[in-house]
Amino acid sequence: MIRYEMLQEILPVIRDQLVVCNIGIPSQELHALEDRPGNFYMLGTMGLASSIGLGLALVQDKTVVVIDGDGSVLTNLGSLPTIANNPRGNYVLLIVDNGSYGSTGDQPTYAGKKTSLAEVARGCGCDHVVECAAEETRAALEAALAGDRMTVIVSKCESGNARMPVIAMDPVVIRDRFMAAVAE
Amino acid sequence: MSIHRKIVDDLIGAQVGFVTTVPCKQLAGVIAEVDAHPDILHVPSNKEDEGMGLCAGAWMGGTRAAIIMQNTAIGVTINALATLIQYYRMPLPMLISYRGELGEPVACQVEMAVHTKALLAQLNIPTYHFHREEDAGELRQILEYTYMCNKPVAVLMDAGFWKGY
Ligand SMILES: [Mg+2]
Repeated sequence: MIRYEMLQEILPVIRDQLVVCNIGIPSQELHALEDRPGNFYMLGTMGLASSIGLGLALVQDKTVVVIDGDGSVLTNLGSLPTIANNPRGNYVLLIVDNGSYGSTGDQPTYAGKKTSLAEVARGCGCDHVVECAAEETRAALEAALAGDRMTVIVSKCESGNARMPVIAMDPVVIRDRFMAAVAE
Repeated sequence: MSIHRKIVDDLIGAQVGFVTTVPCKQLAGVIAEVDAHPDILHVPSNKEDEGMGLCAGAWMGGTRAAIIMQNTAIGVTINALATLIQYYRMPLPMLISYRGELGEPVACQVEMAVHTKALLAQLNIPTYHFHREEDAGELRQILEYTYMCNKPVAVLMDAGFWKGY
């Protein structure tokens, strides 16, 4: 199961949540599946989705689901200790771990080799880390949303992308309608 | 009142409720004040671009945010400034320890000091340079200006301002 198919499956679960989505093809896929104000699409700055989502979760009570990637987490690995040491029950980090840099030509990442992001997250101090197959992601996400513990989910997907159009929406529009959804 | 306390009082006056920091020797006092203040959520970050992500999220969540860092971080954060903070039009006060100026004992710090203002100018980031303690009299206004215009704004605070360290 590739990322796009997994996103299709979790769509009903994340539909009512604030979602911060990783740069590149993940955001393009989510945008194509269902565009809505509660989605914050990253158009630049690879790696910062988990940080943006954490800042958001720490200052307000609505649940924040971050859809990140293995390559992006590796880019901003320093985010995991910050997440672990500032836990909040309304924060769910979903790492789509397909072992490749999907948006740049599917070059292999170290997460697809010897490095276990779930073990890294645990080593950084994240208390509740769930690694699952792509097919189990929806159930893992439902469990995370039903509980009140901060959860990191590492979803093992196959490498591959659905080719969707680039997001042409103005960033200020994305941000403004997202802020309205947060404040709603 | 210590200069560290004055800076934090200005943050509070401007309703800043979220601060992320990456330490510098010159910033130890202000970081301690930030950490101790009950009305500021202080979340230390491991790298300054990570910190800018945290600030972006906190601000979108309705809380005014600021970052405290060293000027060497300008070399780390140009992409985050251009493609996150500026691209999405977000306010971000950057309180910056300006190493490598007069009084600097560590030669390597000068190497980034000579690029600091040029890089900020290249990014069209409004930049203020505090050299004497009384220069901090403008801080409150600079913070309001930042949240008025939704831009990153740099406040460079050099060794003269901190009176050595
Ligand atoms: Mg990947």
